[in-house]
Amino acid sequence: MTDLPALSHSEILRYSRHLLIPEVGLEGQKKLKAASILVIGTGGLGSPVDLYLAAAGVGRIGLVDYDVVDFSNLQRQVIHGTSGLNTLKVESARKRMLDLNPDIEVEIYNEPFTSENAMRIAQDYDILIDGTDNFPTRYLVNDVCVLLGKPNVYGSIFRFDGQASVFDATRGPCYRCLFPEPPPPGLVPSCAEGGVLGVLPGTIGTIQATEALKLILDVGEPLIGRLMLYNALDMSFDYVKLRKNPNCKICGPNPEVTELIDYEAFCGVPGHDHEVGAVGGGWDIEAGELAERLQENNVVLLDVREPHELQISHLEGAKLIPLGQLAARLSELNSADEMVVFCKSGTRSARALELLISAGFRKVKNLKGGINAWAKEVDSTLPIY
Amino acid sequence: MPTLKIPTPLRVYADDQSEISVQGDTVAQVLDSMIARYPALSPHLFNGQGELRPFVNLFLGEENVRDLDGLDTPVGEHDRLRLIPSIAGGLFE
Repeated sequence: MTDLPALSHSEILRYSRHLLIPEVGLEGQKKLKAASILVIGTGGLGSPVDLYLAAAGVGRIGLVDYDVVDFSNLQRQVIHGTSGLNTLKVESARKRMLDLNPDIEVEIYNEPFTSENAMRIAQDYDILIDGTDNFPTRYLVNDVCVLLGKPNVYGSIFRFDGQASVFDATRGPCYRCLFPEPPPPGLVPSCAEGGVLGVLPGTIGTIQATEALKLILDVGEPLIGRLMLYNALDMSFDYVKLRKNPNCKICGPNPEVTELIDYEAFCGVPGHDHEVGAVGGGWDIEAGELAERLQENNVVLLDVREPHELQISHLEGAKLIPLGQLAARLSELNSADEMVVFCKSGTRSARALELLISAGFRKVKNLKGGINAWAKEVDSTLPIY
Repeated sequence: MPTLKIPTPLRVYADDQSEISVQGDTVAQVLDSMIARYPALSPHLFNGQGELRPFVNLFLGEENVRDLDGLDTPVGEHDRLRLIPSIAGGLFE
């Protein structure tokens, strides 16, 4: 490898602790400088990934995100700070990364990662890192990597659980080999439960960064063909074997998927830019309208959150049936009642409404935006969470 | 008895149990014994034809039962099974 870039004296000092490791050394550090990595998502997983890749001296790092820094992000998205609230996440992250290491290039893409732009953005990078939070984008990242022959460093989190792997279809299975189809939206408990221990994406993102660096340096055993399973409560790291699925629709010998598809349709859920907390089709009610209706009519309020959330905020007189129990407890409800269903921000209640409608309930509405919208628009004594 | 580890997202349908002892000599029998105890798990694991849903991965030790003999895979007295869920990140709320 004669065409690797040289390191300046300043870079040699900066990376001296790398240069002292035989597995990295001067040659390895030059490989890192010559490498390029695209990180999809600048949130919980992307934060440690971006910070450690920048610190390690990966020469060119691309960031894709279209969101702005929200107050509730700071519990886990440690690349951002309070001073960056309401600024673009990619801008906020780039600023921090270049402060950490001005010798690297950070390219930002302030746009959702979609079938229209994904190939164009991804083609100039060696490795993709999946730090997204939704199924459509995960399948998109996978398919882009398979079609372009690039490794996909995967990480995913839920509450206290994390998963990580390296999906490289040129050497092993892809994400679709393990998960040929996404779960149908109604069967995704993660939506119903939500929440994550703030440090969990730190653990999983750091593992993703480690795997990406190993791929560049070509050292150790990458997580290709292995899925790592982490549980923070048990403090357990387990591994299972992943094999290439001979019937895989994109990396199998007879692929059906030969170009990018409509991933939102494939997953039955919106990947981005969707109206959060609404059902649509006239099934929603605004917080202000509900306040008026409550004064006039006898409206039954159904809270489908978890019991521990009542300690944060609650509506007087609401009946609590957590979404996970709703199907089994329908007999406690009367379909003749006018009913408004709510949760934190409207996602779980939208699911609850689908369930109620399919069970024959017709006089039901979803509180758009949930109890948080109520706190914002009607009762400012309640906290927003 | 073999044990089966239930992933966090599905524990709500299994009385919050993280690991249960199960009975059976095959994967199918083990799953039957689990569903008999926690019927609410059934729609999350099986389709209308009683087959494992494509997004449900059940591992026996380190191996996916799909790479073994599927539901007919024999299960030994001391085997450990685990369900591995498809999680997206899930910060929808």
